[in-house]
Amino acid sequence: MGAEGFGARVARKEDRRFITGRGQYTDDIGMKGMTHAAFVRSPHAHAKVKSIDASEAEAMPGVVAVLNGRDLATDKLGGLICGWMIHSKDGSPMKMGAHPALAANTVRYVGDAVAIVIAETRNQARDAADAVIVDYEELPAVVDPAKATAAGAPQIHPEAENNLIYDWTIGDEAATDAQFASAAHVTSLDIVNNRLVPNAMEPRAAIGSYDPAEEHFTLYNTSQNPHVARLVLSAFVGVAPEHKLRVIAPDVGGGFGSKIFIYPEETTCLWASKKIGGRPVKWVADRTEAFLADAHGRDHVTRAELALDADHKILGLRVKTIANLGAYMSTFSSSVPTYLYATLLSGQYMIPQIFAEVLAVYTNTAPVDAYRGAGRPEATFVVERLMETAAREVGLDPAEFRRRNFIRAFPHQTPVIMAYDAGDYDASLDAALKAADYDGFPARKAEAERRGKLRGIGLSCYIEACGIAPSQAVGSLGAGVGLWESAEVRVNPVGTIEVLTGTHSHGQSHETTFAQVINDRFGVPTANVSIVHGDTDKVQFGMGTYGSRSAAVGLSAVFKALDKVEAKAKKLAAHLMEASEGDIVLEDGAFKVAGTDKSLGFHEVALAAYTAHNLPEGMEPGLKETSFYDPTNFTFPAGTYVCEVEIDPETGKTTIVQFVAADDFGRIINPMIVEGQVHGGLAQGIGQALLEGCSYDAESGQLVTASFMDYCMPRADDLPSFTLLTTETICPGNPLGVKGCGEAGAIGSPPALINALTDAIGSNTLAMPATPAKVWQALKSAGPAAAA
Amino acid sequence: MTKVSMTVNGRTVSGDVEDRTLLVSFLREELGLTGTHVGCDTTQCGACVVHMNGVAVKSCTVLVGQADGAEVTTIEGLAKGDELHPMQAAFREHHGLQCGFCTPGMIMMGVDIVRRHGSDLDEATIRHELEGNICRCTGYHNIVKAIQSVAETSEVAEAAE
Repeated sequence: MGAEGFGARVARKEDRRFITGRGQYTDDIGMKGMTHAAFVRSPHAHAKVKSIDASEAEAMPGVVAVLNGRDLATDKLGGLICGWMIHSKDGSPMKMGAHPALAANTVRYVGDAVAIVIAETRNQARDAADAVIVDYEELPAVVDPAKATAAGAPQIHPEAENNLIYDWTIGDEAATDAQFASAAHVTSLDIVNNRLVPNAMEPRAAIGSYDPAEEHFTLYNTSQNPHVARLVLSAFVGVAPEHKLRVIAPDVGGGFGSKIFIYPEETTCLWASKKIGGRPVKWVADRTEAFLADAHGRDHVTRAELALDADHKILGLRVKTIANLGAYMSTFSSSVPTYLYATLLSGQYMIPQIFAEVLAVYTNTAPVDAYRGAGRPEATFVVERLMETAAREVGLDPAEFRRRNFIRAFPHQTPVIMAYDAGDYDASLDAALKAADYDGFPARKAEAERRGKLRGIGLSCYIEACGIAPSQAVGSLGAGVGLWESAEVRVNPVGTIEVLTGTHSHGQSHETTFAQVINDRFGVPTANVSIVHGDTDKVQFGMGTYGSRSAAVGLSAVFKALDKVEAKAKKLAAHLMEASEGDIVLEDGAFKVAGTDKSLGFHEVALAAYTAHNLPEGMEPGLKETSFYDPTNFTFPAGTYVCEVEIDPETGKTTIVQFVAADDFGRIINPMIVEGQVHGGLAQGIGQALLEGCSYDAESGQLVTASFMDYCMPRADDLPSFTLLTTETICPGNPLGVKGCGEAGAIGSPPALINALTDAIGSNTLAMPATPAKVWQALKSAGPAAAA
Repeated sequence: MTKVSMTVNGRTVSGDVEDRTLLVSFLREELGLTGTHVGCDTTQCGACVVHMNGVAVKSCTVLVGQADGAEVTTIEGLAKGDELHPMQAAFREHHGLQCGFCTPGMIMMGVDIVRRHGSDLDEATIRHELEGNICRCTGYHNIVKAIQSVAETSEVAEAAE
């Protein structure tokens, strides 16, 4: 390990601009002649739009234009799309309703945009938006996914009868049923995976700008994947052809999935700039708009059953889930409760048969799509709640029960598509139990009891599929895009290096970790490496950042480009030093002839490539290579989390006494950055388990939790300091041996929390978020033994 | 309209703005000091924290008229030239930031916390004091460590300036 290479705790290159207030987020960008937009949004969960009267608004000071869904339709703009086709068990394609960027005839959730108001200032636009009079005819609404398919439920899209988008299955139903028929014990659970609002701290924003002379569009956007935004906006929405549209995602203040998707607002701003003659149109969400109109996460209702034999080995798993996709199908929504969820239901365990059925439904709520972990937290919650519950029911220690069922031979083909490539689940379990002093827990529980407090301990052994994704595999499963990644490595004549990547960093620290990998390969100081991303005019193409893919897929593309650079440079170095190409080694930033003292600095070879005065026969000048890398498999980070809680039975308040996370992420480039990713993931998972719950009023469909005053975000004093450990099995599927670390914390932690809480209160009935009121109530229902 | 004049990061500035203008809008839109961020509408998130007359305030909840005549320091005014303020350096050293959006508010709040508590700061106090600043990336772990490290250094008085 060099001072800056693989494994070094290098401080971040990107930090200086952020700590001095010089980041450039979308709202920080001003343009000549820029106007400001505000959206008129539906106050109803479901209504017909009878008429829109903007005459008063149009006459207000500073107002430039008011445009609505009928204007969009007149300009023949396409609707927003869901890019992953799922087929129901009867073979029929998913039933996707139209999603115009501005609703022209029907609004389907509170916050559905019906018009855009453009004015000279933000306040003028907002004032005028309030003056737009929309005549609605209210319709009945449904927000509960479990009720959406009931007879007589309000019909949300004509295309989807009974609001059913698809009824999809995976696994062998008959074989699974047969396993259950022979079971010695069956554990059953009803589970609600609570709906969450991602809440990146930077609200979404867009600046659409049209140049009439060049007929060219530019979009600044809070995007995790600017090339995908360009592709959708050109190929499907038809705002602009791809070569006339530049999308720039500058500094982006967190995403967690919510900034993957192509939303109505950026679409509208881009189109509106042309409508008003080319003045740029800027929109910045306020926080309540973010709550109303960002894609939400989770929202599953599940019945799950686990069959065991007499030796407490798992025989089978049966799962039925209703997934709420909201009022419209967001960009990747259909894939989340299917291929990102049910394919992970085998967890870390040998499960001979698994059968899962997923019903995806429309409701009158904001669209639901990927949020940190995306399907994998829901799967882990099902599996790990079942494991803990089953262990308690059969009277086995939960750790021992898991051990008895661990997968130990790799590669391992699960019954639900995934083929795990490498792992050592005993190692992470053992490490976590040791660090948490699991054996000492009974004594700590007894000590807490003497103080009148209830202690509980809970485990979660998670697995996730990251490094998304092999293109052919996802294509065969319905994905509309390939999920490879591209990179370009430009060595400058002076030996400094620019790396252009199709991934996007919005907190993940690519500017540092990617530079560390260059340093590791070529010995070039990280200060002499710059990482370029987030601009479709600079980077050739890319699929962006999500699914913990940037290192496993994006850096692998960089790695392949580095291979090409190294090969060419070695050939050139051999020529210059009159040596055999096979004798050239790259060490400490220099090309050396093995066994001699001949040596040329990396920068000297770079310069020679550009002066081109003395190149080998047939070699082109320059030192720049590109690569497209398509992974051959997902990666499978896994680990064990142990949570210990103490509850005050008088108030129901939970204190997290300790939280231990032992993760196997494969090789680690920068431990400091990996730890930061885990900390953040844990905070979101703990938030889901204890604090966060998005709530719509069942009758009116109003979003009850539409601000930080109503939706409980984790604060510093809600969380403990975390104990983090890593174990390592090298990922065989990519040249770096990395697995990805961005989502693990959010995936593994909720069941650990709930397992600890249910252990403490002696009742297994406790829904997330386990607020003090719910814990107190559960204690009362559990009876005097638990409350004592 | 309201005429205001104040000192921002040591520079005298003035403006003629709508009465309802918030201090944060004045800083961002009139003065171009975009390091101060807006992350919510309800004074919850703290991305907009600046110092007004030496005290941390949420600039989204201060009308610009209330800041008339005040001395305001924003994140852009914290470093002395190229020399980072100890709190800025500590956030970098301890990896107390990821996406960077809450960071200016966190740093300004961190400086205020250390100013008020000095070297007595323990973890529980820091966590309690950070109640009004939301971060979605870091889980606060390294932010707490960064603030604690500044409190523990001998230059607490200097850091609190």
